[in-house]
Amino acid sequence: MMHRVLKARMAPLALVVLALVVLCAVLAPVLSPFDPNAQDLLTRLSPPQWTGGHLLGTDNLGRDVLSRLIYGARISLFVGLAVALISGTIGALVGIVAGYRGGWADRVLMRLADVQLAFPAILLALAVVAFLGNGLWVVIIVLGVTNWVSYARVARSSVLSLRERDYVLEARAIGVGPATIMRRHLLPNVLASLITIAALNVASAIVVESALSFLGLGVPADIPTWGSMLADGQLYLGTSWWIAVFPGLALMLTALSINITGDAIRDAVDPRTYR
Amino acid sequence: MGAPILTVDDLRVDFELPGRTVHAVRGVSFEVRAGRTLAIVGESGSGKSATASSVLRLNPEPPARYPSGLISYQGRDVLRLSQKELRSIRGDEIAMVFQDPMSSLNPVRRIGAQIAEVLCRHRGGRAARYHADVVAALEAAGIDDPQRRAAQYPHELSGGLRQRAMIAMALVAGPRLLIADEPTTALDVTVQAQILDVLAGLQQDRQMALLLITHDLGVVANMADDVLVMRAGEVVEHGDVLSILTSPKHPYTRQLLAATPRLREESPA
Repeated sequence: MMHRVLKARMAPLALVVLALVVLCAVLAPVLSPFDPNAQDLLTRLSPPQWTGGHLLGTDNLGRDVLSRLIYGARISLFVGLAVALISGTIGALVGIVAGYRGGWADRVLMRLADVQLAFPAILLALAVVAFLGNGLWVVIIVLGVTNWVSYARVARSSVLSLRERDYVLEARAIGVGPATIMRRHLLPNVLASLITIAALNVASAIVVESALSFLGLGVPADIPTWGSMLADGQLYLGTSWWIAVFPGLALMLTALSINITGDAIRDAVDPRTYR
Repeated sequence: MGAPILTVDDLRVDFELPGRTVHAVRGVSFEVRAGRTLAIVGESGSGKSATASSVLRLNPEPPARYPSGLISYQGRDVLRLSQKELRSIRGDEIAMVFQDPMSSLNPVRRIGAQIAEVLCRHRGGRAARYHADVVAALEAAGIDDPQRRAAQYPHELSGGLRQRAMIAMALVAGPRLLIADEPTTALDVTVQAQILDVLAGLQQDRQMALLLITHDLGVVANMADDVLVMRAGEVVEHGDVLSILTSPKHPYTRQLLAATPRLREESPA
């Protein structure tokens, strides 16, 4: 499977970018040349330069942009993965139960999904953050409980066909109950398609988190995130472009890379897209 | 000959489809005794599989409905059991082998784990506890190198091996009644005979009752003690294998027999 992922035109590049982002996130304290929150007002707004240490310049408070960028990767990745994990779990549960049970359970759960889909996630996130105050976990949980619909839809439709397979009948014939059938016979068989959705979900969660942070409603200010860096930098865009441009670039490249990789994984897994 | 293990009396099975009701089984009666084999024969759609699935109540309800009739397993009325009681019987006391071994095994789980699941379900505990039972069951079903096979996935096995694994799975808990629903239809002719040998041998060893669903009269001649001929949900003829194969009373049975190719009647060279 892996070589087919790599064969897609952009996929190798996307994987390299992703690896770089993951590396930054894991090794942030080692890689970053400065403390991301250390202010140095004497060198504020210094442009990117090869000498003098600040490779990507400093922001309006004299904080090193590169170090903040590296630490920001942590938040972005963590938010993305945590959101995908939470919404994937909810979606798989809802979809498998709806698909296997059918009848009224299916109708109720899928109408719930329609309602969720009709309500923009970012609006709900704004409302909840305004109500509960901002925090990393608030953002993660709000995004986690709003993104489950696509998982549920895919899980349900796979289960609709899987439940007619003979091995499900066979499991019933040896006396296995519905909960075990769902967990042991259906879940492993829908996991592959859910992982593909998860890849795309990670990217969208990163972008939404940045949007919230940009609006000042995401992660608290003492944690460097790409979104809040963008917000800080926009005032200085005319004079000190580097403050906003580098986090924007990082955000764009990361989201793009995850999307390309996700597409490539989907193509590799789905036999209909073989070329 | 002991008391019957399974008694079915005037069983009717309906399927309530949108706008119409299909009467799939219309008053079928038979009994199966320990160590004996009853074959139900008939063409596709004759209701033989619906009858077999009813014994374990495996037809999804709805649409399936049982307007009348009695299915009595060792004195217990199967049509009145709760889902929980049914699950405790399935696989443990009554087991089933299905037609298509290619799709009857879960592709993402190892053979051994799937066989052990029967024992985990009915005896409790983890799969690892039953490794010896699994290996013994695979060996009894005529699989060479059972240790290795238990650790493999379904796609690594041929059709014949998979059907043997299915038989191992059906028999691992030591059921008293085995229902085999066209167990050899999906297999090569050469493999068919081997699978039937395995089934017949195990049945004799364990004095199991066997309910064999088939449309192959060759299989019937080799395996069955008694035969039930079904057509359009009804029993057209019921009797011991010899009298039915040698002197069929009903015209439909004669048609069925006539439709079986015979080697000896081929035109001489």
